[in-house]
Amino acid sequence: MNRQTQKRLLGVAALVIAAVIWQIIAEYVVGRSFILPSVTDVASAFVNLLGSGTLLADLTASLEHFGIGLIAALLLGVPIGILMGWFRVADFLLDPIIEILRPIPPLAWIPFAIIWFGLTTQAAGFVIFAGAFFPILTATYSGFRDVPKVFVEAGKVLGCDTSLELIRHVALPAAIPAIASGIRIAMGVGWMCLVAAEMFGVSNYGLGYQLWHNYYLHQMPNVVVYMLILGFAGLIIDRIFRNYVERQLLRWRAGEVA
Amino acid sequence: MSGVKITNVGKAFPKEDGTATQALAGVNLEIRDEEFVCLVGPSGCGKTTLLRIIAGLETATTGDVTVDGRPVTGPDPKRGMVFQEYSLFPWRRVIDNVAFGLEMKGVGKEERRKTADRYLEMVGLSQFRDAYPYELSGGMRQRVAIARALANDPDVLLMDEPFGALDAQTRNRMQRELLSLWEQTKKTIVFVTHSVDEAVYLSDRIVVLSPRPGSVREVIEIPWSRPRDRTSAGFAEVRRKVLRMIDESENTQ
Repeated sequence: MNRQTQKRLLGVAALVIAAVIWQIIAEYVVGRSFILPSVTDVASAFVNLLGSGTLLADLTASLEHFGIGLIAALLLGVPIGILMGWFRVADFLLDPIIEILRPIPPLAWIPFAIIWFGLTTQAAGFVIFAGAFFPILTATYSGFRDVPKVFVEAGKVLGCDTSLELIRHVALPAAIPAIASGIRIAMGVGWMCLVAAEMFGVSNYGLGYQLWHNYYLHQMPNVVVYMLILGFAGLIIDRIFRNYVERQLLRWRAGEVA
Repeated sequence: MSGVKITNVGKAFPKEDGTATQALAGVNLEIRDEEFVCLVGPSGCGKTTLLRIIAGLETATTGDVTVDGRPVTGPDPKRGMVFQEYSLFPWRRVIDNVAFGLEMKGVGKEERRKTADRYLEMVGLSQFRDAYPYELSGGMRQRVAIARALANDPDVLLMDEPFGALDAQTRNRMQRELLSLWEQTKKTIVFVTHSVDEAVYLSDRIVVLSPRPGSVREVIEIPWSRPRDRTSAGFAEVRRKVLRMIDESENTQ
């Protein structure tokens, strides 16, 4: 048996054992589905939810909120990060503002998200934006600060005359790995903000919304189902992004310790 | 046609405490068209700074530099540069590294790749055209960097200890190849090195700089034909003379 299959088998075995222990504790120790739903409770709740057909709509709504927030964070975070990383004056000007705003927890923006955007998809997107913006900004900024000086000088002697040319042909490609890892962190933070962003009722769909809704209905097995779906969806999004980035970057980054 | 004229160049770097370090003072030097000149001198004498001023990457505090009669005001593809550190863009394939300068000039993809291929062949790396820099050894990377500088067809090729990070054998081979490139392309070459041996092997003239603030201490003509025999008595004699000059100035510092 090679390492890889051994790893898989042990992983599956551990999951099975954990499920069995969960089942025993839920059924025989706790004994109340409201406090701790058992594995079978959750499984049948999942089947019922599949039957009701709202899961796909929930997932779509959540991805929409997430997408709005993430795209807005990219559209603002990358250019501002470039400005601050490349132009000292922009850095000096914007840094104090950023440093004050950055430590504010993303969820603290919820009141203003509602006041500014109402109970809309954009309001949920804004909360996710508040979580995703700063990781992208800081990663872009430091990616640009860390561009090796010799690359910039090589660009200059080879005919890049303007900052725009140097940014486009030298600094941005050099900073892409840093920006990519910033985006990955931002996606994690944004996904974590999702439940809270949906809990104030911007729509009647969404994984986070349903989680709260079922809590109010005291449907705790359903709550667990939505928790697990949130976890898996986050995992899959991360995997897809990572694989994509690695395929793109590994072509020229292989052999580097990343 | 592509001579470099350095007139009374001085360079002071400001320090944190408001004073300045005088790196170069009163450098006068004329480099002829198609000449191969090496700059040597004790550590910290400003030879790299002088090269960077010619490149336009630093601005002289006093004096001026002209190439082909035109004053140097900033970096320009007419003055190619090969750096000591590996400066190839790791995200570009070898061929697109060599074609970078032409791309900046707006040359079409097909045409710039054709030109780049020609220079890659000149440095003997055609079979690596589609490789990424990380796949190349140190010597190969510097050959690509030379091809990249030459692809812009510069008047002058400035080289800042380009072989400093290479092992002795690779270094000797690179020196031979550089001389053959120089003979093929007829570029004016200004070459900074720590190695007196390298300077004697390569140059038409060796420019020995004095310690900081650097200025031209002596210019030594080496009229011998190439390839030169490193083991000959004459070679050893010149090498000893230059080394003694550098040592003396280092001891009197």
